[in-house]
Amino acid sequence: MAIQTLPASETAPRVRRRLPPELSILGVMIGMMLLFEALGWIFVGQSFIANPLRLKIMILQESEIGIIAVGVTQIIIMGGIDLSSGSVVGMTAMVAASLAQTAGFTHAIYPGLTGLNPVFPVVAGLVCGALAGLVNGSLIALTKIPPFIATLGMMVSARGVADWYTDGQPIGNLSDEYASIGSGWWPVIIFLSMAILFHLALRYTRYGKFTYAIGANPLAARVSGINVERHVILVYTIAGLMSGLTGVVHTARAISGQAGVGAGFELDAIAAAVIGGTSLSGGVGRLTGTIIGAVILGILTSGFTFLNVDAHYQEIIKGGVIVAAVIADQYRQRKRRTV
Amino acid sequence: MIAPSAFAAKPEGSAMATLSPTTAELVRQSGAIPNSEYLLEVEHVRKAFPGVLALDDVQFRLKRGHVHALMGENGAGKSTLMKIIAGIYTPDSGSFRLKGQEIRLTSPLDALRYGIAMIHQELNLMAYMTVAENIWLRREPRNAFGIVNHREMRRATQALFDRLEIDIDPEIEVLELSVANRQMVEIAKAVSYDSDILIMDEPTSAITEKEVAHLFRIIRSLKAEGKGIVYITHKMNELFEIADEVSVFRDGRFVGEHKAEDVTRDDIIKLMVGREVTQMFPKQDVPIGETILSVKNLTLQGRFHDISFDLRKGEILGLAGLVGSGRSNVAETIFGVTPATSGQIVVDGREVAVTSPGVAMDLGMGFLTEDRKESGCFLTLDITSNMQAAILRQGYTRAGIVREREIEKLCLQQKAALRVRTPDLHEPILNLSGGNQQKVLIARWLLTKPRILILDEPTRGIDVGAKAEIHRLISELAGQGVAVLMISSELPEVLGMSDRVLVMHEGRMTGILDRKDATQVRVMALAAN
Repeated sequence: MAIQTLPASETAPRVRRRLPPELSILGVMIGMMLLFEALGWIFVGQSFIANPLRLKIMILQESEIGIIAVGVTQIIIMGGIDLSSGSVVGMTAMVAASLAQTAGFTHAIYPGLTGLNPVFPVVAGLVCGALAGLVNGSLIALTKIPPFIATLGMMVSARGVADWYTDGQPIGNLSDEYASIGSGWWPVIIFLSMAILFHLALRYTRYGKFTYAIGANPLAARVSGINVERHVILVYTIAGLMSGLTGVVHTARAISGQAGVGAGFELDAIAAAVIGGTSLSGGVGRLTGTIIGAVILGILTSGFTFLNVDAHYQEIIKGGVIVAAVIADQYRQRKRRTV
Repeated sequence: MIAPSAFAAKPEGSAMATLSPTTAELVRQSGAIPNSEYLLEVEHVRKAFPGVLALDDVQFRLKRGHVHALMGENGAGKSTLMKIIAGIYTPDSGSFRLKGQEIRLTSPLDALRYGIAMIHQELNLMAYMTVAENIWLRREPRNAFGIVNHREMRRATQALFDRLEIDIDPEIEVLELSVANRQMVEIAKAVSYDSDILIMDEPTSAITEKEVAHLFRIIRSLKAEGKGIVYITHKMNELFEIADEVSVFRDGRFVGEHKAEDVTRDDIIKLMVGREVTQMFPKQDVPIGETILSVKNLTLQGRFHDISFDLRKGEILGLAGLVGSGRSNVAETIFGVTPATSGQIVVDGREVAVTSPGVAMDLGMGFLTEDRKESGCFLTLDITSNMQAAILRQGYTRAGIVREREIEKLCLQQKAALRVRTPDLHEPILNLSGGNQQKVLIARWLLTKPRILILDEPTRGIDVGAKAEIHRLISELAGQGVAVLMISSELPEVLGMSDRVLVMHEGRMTGILDRKDATQVRVMALAAN
């Protein structure tokens, strides 16, 4: 039988350049704003966008979630999850507030430690958050228990610490110097600077490359000489630090520390990351997406409030949006997969 | 996505209505034997993935009672076509005839009802379920109340195993089985569907010679029952041993169909690569230098015991043995993935404690792992990220910032030197064929400039052309004074490449042979002990 031979193709198949994945999310964000704008004119007869105060409140609200999401996004990229961030916010809020009370306040938690320089409560809050993260990371790296379980434990325990700290009593009378940290645009500035800092770290440093590598394939990362345990501990500690920062910012904004603060923040932060295109299976995600994800959550909340939609409906719809984002994410991933 | 118009267009002359899976199932159960010569005829199949045209107007036909081999380099489209036939992928267009009747394949379940079963390259068993539960999944024998009848399930499994002469306890959890035994369970499961068409995608890639012989016995008896078998393989000897016909694919196109007896090994290779591959194992003679790595009585409790050897500069030491003999464990221990429980590792005359891969790399070692997907590739990342993973710890940063431009230049050099076929280093590694992925992983280690390179199955599952290139590369590295420890399950590869061959059997060394003494027979004798 004759053998017919086709010429071997030496050139690889041509590929189209991919657009950054954030673009589609950005499109969703803009579309959502325009939708609320249109609904605003129809139902309440005013503009949604052309209202600086509303936008400011919206952005301020989401900054706290955003700061947590900066840490959580990195954990998710690394293939982990953090359920404890909301509780850690509560715990650090109490610790920071207790050291930030006005000078001479007689009913202070630590009457001898009133009127301190704001540096002390801030550092205490950050250290407290970082410690929680360190415990999370160490448990996960050294005992190999699933991150879900380790951080679930921390979620319960940290909330316990917050309640125990003052027997559930709120901490008020915080100093003006401390409160100034949460005033004006500060929360937004803190959020964006953290997001940019870690965006650059993820993109341009070894820290970032290792984070993606571990998320993509922890075994291959280990064989490539990466100290996976050390890196996991580091990333969880940084995420804890971000939760601590949120605790500080929140108490300064609210000018009080309350044990229940931060409940549910962990899920909003995860939602912001996932809406922003971070894959829960690890190895994929960007902080620019997370910023947009946080803004989308903010638009939803303030848009519905603007339209006088009942708070319960807001939650129902928000849940739907989060699930839709994950479905879209999976669809995107399936499209990437080839032979 | 399915283009409906493409499906609507039936081949000329076919006035028949499409055969539904339900009807097909009933016909099969009735035992009626349609008189068509071909069990399956497939024509004009096209399938595109984003960025790649995987199948371009291909055809395929399978005769009753025949074994039809599919050959082709990785990425040629064999597995894609078979996944379409098994209902896993939906084709963009194409016509499918089962025993002469038009069919439409939309899901794996439909395919099974049409009498088409597939044994996948990756094992798809549930680890925490028993062998019997795995085999009868979705078809569990049940009583009137819908409760699963475990006794009947066990009996059916035992009957099936008796028929296939498989010696595995049906009640054992799959988790406890060796890879080879899992493969046998997969085969038994596929046979249990009593399908007319059985697709086997590289069924022998994870099993030993003994099981291959067993598998071939099973295939011959299925043939005698009039079943048709599609056999995807990269191994030439298997092709000539078992196949009646062979179809060759290249770059997503159908190249030709031939009777196995009409073609030679060289014909097939020529068809597959579209060019002549002259040298398969070009090990050059190079001066062997001083000893760089010595291993003395190395032991990892429960895995291997008392392994001792010297490895010299410019030498390729082959590590042979059956699957499960502990070869890969030795490599992992030397590289610090699983530190030894006793014994010594001596590098440059100094005893070292290799407690982690990082330590091994600092000593100048590199380690290409056995399983690309499992412990090699970062599948969600691009080619550059995959290549640079191991050198990042060697510096390449300025003020904490990774010097990307410099690394990218190094990656481009490697890409050119290893002939990685991709238009762009920022392409996800997922989009590369197996051979090109392997080259990227080899590049990862070459960038670290290793003095000792451990290669575990460097050419597993990659096509003939890429294989020859990798062999040439390994030989060149040895020429530059790199000491190479190479594990391979393919004897011709070990014999062709190695200066010496260390043979293992069940975790112990059974001998070291010099190149001139190492013959297929002697190595096999030591491996089987």
